[in-house]
Amino acid sequence: MTEVEKRRGAAPVPRDWTYAPAPESREIVALHERYGLFVGGEWLEPTETYTTVSPADEEPLATVAQATPAEVTHAVAVAREAFIDWSALPGSERAKYLFRIARILQERSREFAVLESLNGGKPIKESRDVDLPLAAAHFFYYAGWADKLEYAFPNREPRPLGVAGQIIPWNFPLLMLAWKIAPALATGNTVVLKPAETTPLTALLFCDVVCQAELPPGVVNIVTGDGAAGAALVDADVDKIAFTGSTEVGKAIQRRLAGTGKKLTLELGGKAANIVFDDAAIDQAVEGIVNGIYFNQGHVCCAGSRLFVQESVAEAVVDKLKRRMATLRVGDPLDKNTDVGAINSRQQLDKIEELVAAGRAEGAEIYQPPCRLPERGYWFAPTVFTNVAQSYRIAQEEIFGPVLSVLTFRTPDEAVEKANNTPYGLSAGVWTEKGSRILWMAERLRAGVVWANTYNRFDPASPFGGYKESGFGREGGRHGLAPYLAGAVQ
Amino acid sequence: MVQTPALPAEFELPLKLRLPRTGAVDQVAVEARAGELAKRSIKRDAKLWALDLAIRCCDLTTLEGQDTPGKVAALCSKAIRPDPTDPGVPSVAAVCVYPNLVAVAKERVAGSSVKVASVATAFPSGQSPIDVKLREVEDAVAFGADEIDMVIDRGAFLSGRYGQVYDEIVRVKEACGGAHLKVILEVAELGTYDNVRRASLLAIAAGADFIKTSTGKLPGAATLPVHLVMLEAIRDVYDGTGRRIGMKPAGGIRASKNAIQYLVQVHETLGPDWLTPDLYRIGASSLVNDILMQIRKEKTGAYQSRDYFTND
Amino acid sequence: MSRLPVKKTYKLYIGGGFPRSESGRTYESQGQNVARASRKDVRDAVVAARAAQPKWAGATAYNRGQVLYRIAEMMEARTAEFAELVSGRAEVERAIDRWVWYAGFADKLAQVLGSSNPVAGPYFNFSIPEPTGVVGIVAPDEPPLLGLVSRLAPAVVGGNAVVALASETSPLAAIELAEVLATSDVPAGTVNLLTGFRAELAPWLASHMDVNAIDVTGADGLRSDLERAAADNVKRVVAGQSDSQGLYEIAAFLELKTVWHPIGV
Repeated sequence: MTEVEKRRGAAPVPRDWTYAPAPESREIVALHERYGLFVGGEWLEPTETYTTVSPADEEPLATVAQATPAEVTHAVAVAREAFIDWSALPGSERAKYLFRIARILQERSREFAVLESLNGGKPIKESRDVDLPLAAAHFFYYAGWADKLEYAFPNREPRPLGVAGQIIPWNFPLLMLAWKIAPALATGNTVVLKPAETTPLTALLFCDVVCQAELPPGVVNIVTGDGAAGAALVDADVDKIAFTGSTEVGKAIQRRLAGTGKKLTLELGGKAANIVFDDAAIDQAVEGIVNGIYFNQGHVCCAGSRLFVQESVAEAVVDKLKRRMATLRVGDPLDKNTDVGAINSRQQLDKIEELVAAGRAEGAEIYQPPCRLPERGYWFAPTVFTNVAQSYRIAQEEIFGPVLSVLTFRTPDEAVEKANNTPYGLSAGVWTEKGSRILWMAERLRAGVVWANTYNRFDPASPFGGYKESGFGREGGRHGLAPYLAGAVQ
Repeated sequence: MVQTPALPAEFELPLKLRLPRTGAVDQVAVEARAGELAKRSIKRDAKLWALDLAIRCCDLTTLEGQDTPGKVAALCSKAIRPDPTDPGVPSVAAVCVYPNLVAVAKERVAGSSVKVASVATAFPSGQSPIDVKLREVEDAVAFGADEIDMVIDRGAFLSGRYGQVYDEIVRVKEACGGAHLKVILEVAELGTYDNVRRASLLAIAAGADFIKTSTGKLPGAATLPVHLVMLEAIRDVYDGTGRRIGMKPAGGIRASKNAIQYLVQVHETLGPDWLTPDLYRIGASSLVNDILMQIRKEKTGAYQSRDYFTND
Repeated sequence: MSRLPVKKTYKLYIGGGFPRSESGRTYESQGQNVARASRKDVRDAVVAARAAQPKWAGATAYNRGQVLYRIAEMMEARTAEFAELVSGRAEVERAIDRWVWYAGFADKLAQVLGSSNPVAGPYFNFSIPEPTGVVGIVAPDEPPLLGLVSRLAPAVVGGNAVVALASETSPLAAIELAEVLATSDVPAGTVNLLTGFRAELAPWLASHMDVNAIDVTGADGLRSDLERAAADNVKRVVAGQSDSQGLYEIAAFLELKTVWHPIGV
């Protein structure tokens, strides 16, 4: 036995194992310098433009259109023209266009995922594994309904509305596009869609898919721009407005449409209660808490932003939560190991910082795991507040960031009462191993989506939407067709 | 050195008939979490470090009816010097054999850092009287085993005789003397993650130095979700008592990529303190060669062939 | 010598009782002094509705169906009385049959509107309809009974509690209906009927932050203003017809809740 052999097995001192950078390549995306308006199957030169950036480092990515009211009006007119033939097509033909789109999205999935992370800031792990598969699945699901609408609503002959104006947010840009366009087209409507100001690029790349699928010109029209472009769309000659965004803007739209006869669906904000009982599967509940508020940096309308933990296990759960938070990797959205990406914009970061400051001022206790945030770009560390009272701003207002407020409760009745004590009603989470209690809580929680022993699960077959000020109308499932059909079907 | 066992929360002695309600485990969530952790991308230096660690944590194993001194001798050579062409590759942690082969193994690894682990207690079924099982342990230790890998009595566990399962482990631990004790749960037979967690805590309460997933004799063996459940039990014991218990997944880990996934789980659940053969072992036989191939690929840039690595 | 009849006092129906307007006002209609509700009456009615709603929603669908059927029974017994207050028997009989129709749907809504959703993962996922909560109704002026029943029954069968503004020109049938409701095992506060001037009352209902939906079928010229006010708390705005009957009349006042649960061992 040589000396080397004798020495060889000595156990080394454990050291911190740093994973090397694992970046997904950007080369798969062919970014243009400049994009116009996609109307009638063609690219139109815009009169006004702005620059869209990567929130991870503020790098300018492309110049895109700031649609003017005249340009929006034109797009709507083109959509109305296209509606005549599109709605006359047999449903089975419309279906095939949608199936094509679903397939192409699957084929180009990586390309879209990279662009989504680049323009929006979310981790590539999420855009690749959640956003893109769900977007493709959404088109696939509604494709199948296009020629079966007579089965969807008993005693109703399905007729499309006409032109739908659709305004979507920046947190799941491509997925929200799929949620809007798929059911609208399946039911025979044509659309003018305005992506969020900060995240236009995947919608613009989607126009490529539209062309590859040979969709008739004018059926899908994309007009980019800020809130003013959205307002122009609301006022235009559309038959319906579908809006996903903040409650404040949703109310403004509802007021604006009063008396016009235009149909409306709204998917607005939330302040969901995530409720953990003492008999929950604790480690999995902690995963659910983390997923509920740090997935997509907390930029989720249905985020579990209020943790209600039963007092008897509060300390244990919060300890485990803090330890788990320390393993979250915050960084480059294009790195495959990143768990938490960039905040989408300066404005959103300001809002988060304001509310977090309020939380501190009101006396809540803050914890943030140590993490090195990049110099450039918009970043915020995962944060949890304990010792939160129901009346604190951080327990009432939607933060839309990676910030969790922890409150306690003693009995199921108290949990329900506190959970429902909000003008919102989009979603809720319940963690308990007791079956009867799961159903009891699900019955009583005033929320459009109840996740029991899980969180943030989405599927095209599963209807999604809110109670109260979180909006009305549902997206997904059979019910998701209703907002796009004429006559009362809802 | 024998310590008093680390008693997890809710365990009171003498053990009552019903296991304490140690907390449920949600299958879908734990499998989802294991799936997420398995996506970690480990490259370059981080990967080489992990591969090196994986070898140092391996228990090279042969547990066949047809084992002979010759076979064990070859295994021991491999254990000491996995890659004869690369002196940078470390020895594995241990060889794992049946009691009758312990003496041979002990002789062949003498002077190296490789330990000799012996299975015992009517491995793999555990379905023999306790006296026979204890005698086997004593003999294995007398033959020179540094470590004993025992099996729990699954029949007793599944029929609710937890006190019996506990007592047997306690007595085996006594019989080990100075040898360290790994307790094999045989997770594939336990049926639910809840049971895996309870069995883990029970084994630790009774004196296990390591908890181990499987005998390797059944299909299924170690899986990432089961591994995660056991790590979480170990972590809870550490939180409650300050004592570190070791973990050993065994069976079904053939590829380096898998081994790294297991190490990632340890790293993100227990932390870097557990990334050492003193607290972490991987029960494997063909894994070592796959790791060697990966190491050589990282170092040379070219994909490898099995022909260039010895099959011992 | 003919006997002097004891004249009925036409009051409001709030919280299961028959109070006068807290304002003490009345107005003359169909030859009677009819209570003229105030905004405070609207306020009180909404409070009563909100308090009653959980219990009504918590009753079994079967129970709700039976209650609605009893309303039909009680109305039938008073057909002649009702007929004198409206255009004739035909309207009353349609209204009675309407209650019967809706009664039969109570315990089927979840089957027709709900679903088990086949999600792509190990989860059980189901959607169930639920009442939206407190519904404000501006009933059509004409036909005064049928119009009210056509808007009221679909809201109530699904488990909602209602505050309805009766026909302004022909309010007596509404109060007669209230008497029927009071004898039909309808829990107090589930239905509240107010008579008075709609232009005065409807805006208070439409802007009330504790009302979840507003039915503007009878609102005519007020409709735009009511829709605008409704936006303050994102009320669901429903515009129906005075003589319609159908599943979607009910569905207009229902929310949909979707529940996920993992399937595991």
